[in-house]
Amino acid sequence: MGKTFSEKILGLKAQKEVQAGEVVTVSPDYILSHDNSAAIIKEFRKLGVKDVMSTQKLVIILDHVVPAALEKYALNHKIIREFVSAQKIQNFFDIPSGICHQVFSENGFALPGKLILGADSHTTSYGAFGAFAAGIGRSEVATLWATDEIWLRVPETIKIEIEGELPAGVYAKDVILKIIGEEGADRANYKAVEFTGEAVKKFSLASRLVLANMAAEMGAKNGYFEPDEETLRWLKGRAKDKFKVISSDPDARYEAVLNYNISSLEPQVACPHTVDNVKPISEAEGKEFHQAVIGTCTNGRLEDLEIAARVLKGKKVHPNVRALIIPASRQEYLHALKKGILEILAEAGCVILNPGCGPCLGAHQGVLAPGEVALSTANRNFKGRMGSREAQIYLASPATVAASSIEGKITDPRKFL
Amino acid sequence: MKKGRVWKYGDNVNTDVIFPGKYTYSILEPEEMSRHALEDLDPGFAQKVKPGDVIVAGRNFGCGSSREQAATCLKYAGVQAVVARSFARIFFRNAINQGLPVLQSEEAVESIEDGEEIEIDFIRGKIKTARGDFAFSPFPESVMGILEAGGLIPYTKKKLEGK
Repeated sequence: MGKTFSEKILGLKAQKEVQAGEVVTVSPDYILSHDNSAAIIKEFRKLGVKDVMSTQKLVIILDHVVPAALEKYALNHKIIREFVSAQKIQNFFDIPSGICHQVFSENGFALPGKLILGADSHTTSYGAFGAFAAGIGRSEVATLWATDEIWLRVPETIKIEIEGELPAGVYAKDVILKIIGEEGADRANYKAVEFTGEAVKKFSLASRLVLANMAAEMGAKNGYFEPDEETLRWLKGRAKDKFKVISSDPDARYEAVLNYNISSLEPQVACPHTVDNVKPISEAEGKEFHQAVIGTCTNGRLEDLEIAARVLKGKKVHPNVRALIIPASRQEYLHALKKGILEILAEAGCVILNPGCGPCLGAHQGVLAPGEVALSTANRNFKGRMGSREAQIYLASPATVAASSIEGKITDPRKFL
Repeated sequence: MKKGRVWKYGDNVNTDVIFPGKYTYSILEPEEMSRHALEDLDPGFAQKVKPGDVIVAGRNFGCGSSREQAATCLKYAGVQAVVARSFARIFFRNAINQGLPVLQSEEAVESIEDGEEIEIDFIRGKIKTARGDFAFSPFPESVMGILEAGGLIPYTKKKLEGK
């Protein structure tokens, strides 16, 4: 019997043959943390260890509340900068850089066959490059800094085969929302998800990142795409280290194989207050809203901003809507700037914010008042997430959010393309 | 063994409603965290919860963000354990790493009602209610070690000192 990607990579790291269900002790290749590094430093100090064991493995990226919106955030950032300097941590990205998952990827840490653990649930994103990447908690990261060791359970794997062609006006975001809506928020709990099929092989890396990122919203431990020529082309000149592609065996054992054909997929919308409350656009159309968000680790890349600009070019944002644009990173911001995309969006009346997590987690840059409704390209719509618990959050693709911003209500983007 | 009142909730109780994101980087003290426990799910909870109380919930408890404060705030609010049909992966690890026992039992969740008093026997793996007992598999030794030490940090500290 063959092995899945997850069985192979965790076996390689544990230096033994393993199969799903076993618990292994492993040492990761990279350990990611962000603004929560301040809290991790606090836990790390309690361990009575002076120095981080493998500083070259740490990647620290400030993104959650940047620049600091309150003195408390500023103090956290200061504690982190001092620690980075004292421990001589090389892979530190201060506030100009952007959202950790985009910055981590752009800088070539997200590599095929690497084991990456991060103090963020959307660490699953790096599966887009064929890495094993999972979210963990603060205590675990602090412990990893001190001991370079962690236990992981080898997950069972669900294979999702996606066939067909994306229709015009329908994007990777619609595909993953459809899957989560069908399968539910805990379908992949504790499990790995492999995305495969002819359709996803044609996806850009930016689009693959959308699926791997939101695998977390099905409860997945990690998502995975088999690296191909497109992956290797993307990594050329970026890869921070040597790497080896690891793929599932053709006769690997899967917990389930799910089939999706996307050829007749409509744009999808996740309605309040769970990500699996997904409806086709025809059932969500007409809902008025107050704030649009195009950005986040799910959909803030150049590809997303380009789609938004195509829809909004020569148009105006509805007077009842505040449309916020948050490029995922400084690199994506610069690309969009040089291509005139930010100009188009600003002309349309959008607010262009600095790269970062923005209002996605309700800390700053556009939080919601009671009774307000947001339409966002983010990955979560939980109650209270963007501010008031009496606000509502709808999730959709950048095209749907852009088209809806013109109309002031949830709108099918296909009539603007 | 301590008796505790049950606070019963539904499926998919996410970490945002357990501990809102807006506090994640501004509140660092566990006692202060506990004052916001379950704020966006049950705003009265933090004032009314008593030491030893138990949360009973449906599927996928703790889904969403990896924020460990979701476990920390419940522990410092005095919650003795969370019993659920299932737990989201990261929350499950975080809870154990904070020294907060998380127990899985379909039958117990099915039977137990909001407001009733229950007892938990961690050694024998039993949830005791007025209508009878429900078994859960006792924790493996390694997990019990972390729980007994009060969480992963004190557990690791002890281990490092022993080296």
